[in-house]
Amino acid sequence: MRHVDIVDLAASYADTPVLDGITLGIDRGQIVSLIGPSGSGKSTLLRVLMGLLPPERGHVELDGERIDYGKRDQVRRLRDRFAIVFQQYNLFQNMTVLNNVTIAPVKIKKRDRGEVEREAKELLAKVGLADKLAAYPDELSGGQQQRVAVARALALKPEVLLLDEVTSSLDPELVKEVLDTIRLLANEGMTMLIVSHEMGFVREVSAKVVFMDAGRVVEEGAPAGIFDHPQEARTQEFVEKILRH
Amino acid sequence: MWQRLTEEAPQFFGYYNLVFLAEAAFATFALSAVGCVLGFLLGFVIAVVRRTLAWELVPLRSLAFLFTEFFRRVPFLVTLMLVFFIFQALGANISVFTVALISVVLIATAFIAEIIRAGLESVHRNQWDAAAAMNFSLWQTIWYVAMPQAWKIVIPPAFSFFILFIKDTALASQIGVLELTYAAKVLNNKGFSAVLVFGSVLVLYFALSYPLTRLGMWMETRLATRGHR
Repeated sequence: MRHVDIVDLAASYADTPVLDGITLGIDRGQIVSLIGPSGSGKSTLLRVLMGLLPPERGHVELDGERIDYGKRDQVRRLRDRFAIVFQQYNLFQNMTVLNNVTIAPVKIKKRDRGEVEREAKELLAKVGLADKLAAYPDELSGGQQQRVAVARALALKPEVLLLDEVTSSLDPELVKEVLDTIRLLANEGMTMLIVSHEMGFVREVSAKVVFMDAGRVVEEGAPAGIFDHPQEARTQEFVEKILRH
Repeated sequence: MWQRLTEEAPQFFGYYNLVFLAEAAFATFALSAVGCVLGFLLGFVIAVVRRTLAWELVPLRSLAFLFTEFFRRVPFLVTLMLVFFIFQALGANISVFTVALISVVLIATAFIAEIIRAGLESVHRNQWDAAAAMNFSLWQTIWYVAMPQAWKIVIPPAFSFFILFIKDTALASQIGVLELTYAAKVLNNKGFSAVLVFGSVLVLYFALSYPLTRLGMWMETRLATRGHR
């Protein structure tokens, strides 16, 4: 059985369709990367999966259990098992780094504060921020905020981690920091769905690469297949363009 | 004129007049305080109701919207008359003071609901998204994330409203509530000079509203700067 089955998800912003029937399967512990031009619907797919944008049709199956986005209790169950790192980090501006990481496990998941704080400090040390526990988000650089966001998502102990262009607004040195953190996680067997423009990274970590365009899945397969022998004309065009850069 | 004032002053500041003015000042204070405190609590609830998304709450949301739009548009004096005559028509035997209390709460609730709504709107959407993605309920999002960031938007207009509001309670004199403005008219009619009477009332209004300004400033530094030392 697949860990996550995305079945025919469709969504629009206002009257503009952005997802046009996405169907995609992800195995447990698999890392799947979404690539494609801007506006192809990659980030929207993550938002819909997280229940932040209601889909017009389609659903998700988690270990075979059907999740309908129209049902609040089902969305809650899904959010309990998913975590997302947003492109803009979305750290809570009114909270310290440590609080950003501990608030949901303590207040929402009702776990023991002492234990959560211990784990949060470990996570933050792992992403190189042990000395920033008391800092506020606006006192940190983009790369540091991004790593706090990664630590916050991990503190939720998700089964599935969604990463939305986690490196797009970072300078090259910071890209490496963040990617190293993700690589570290990848070795821990978490299921991940990654939106990225870092093709080298995608190729290295993904078990499967999905090329999207205009709200559809154009082609999916192993990284070597997609990058070296794309089957569809649209994929070839995209891959050629990015590899030339 | 100075001579007349100095002659009149001992009589004006006599025991009965002072008690009378104190009672009136207390009425103004009570109307303002109840309006501000209850108005803030109810206004907060209305602002939160307006942020809900569930379709089951559509009627409640519409009601909250209509309430704020209606009472922000009706002049205070008209609201007073409206409440006064509605209770009279119902045959309810309540004091004019209670009528004034109900009116101030209605008005303050509508205005503060709008101020708080604007504060909540000012919190960036990505903060709401992050909270929703981690299963925060609406109340939890507002309590832990949105309000702490909204205070700095809410406090300045809320306190300038409170200060306007203290002065607006003077309109309650029109339905016969003994508050500061009404007391001034009574004393003036008794023959005390207008300068003395309205001068004293002015000082009392100032004494009521100045501490509020200070409280607002204090809250601004306490609440609005948390997280940005």
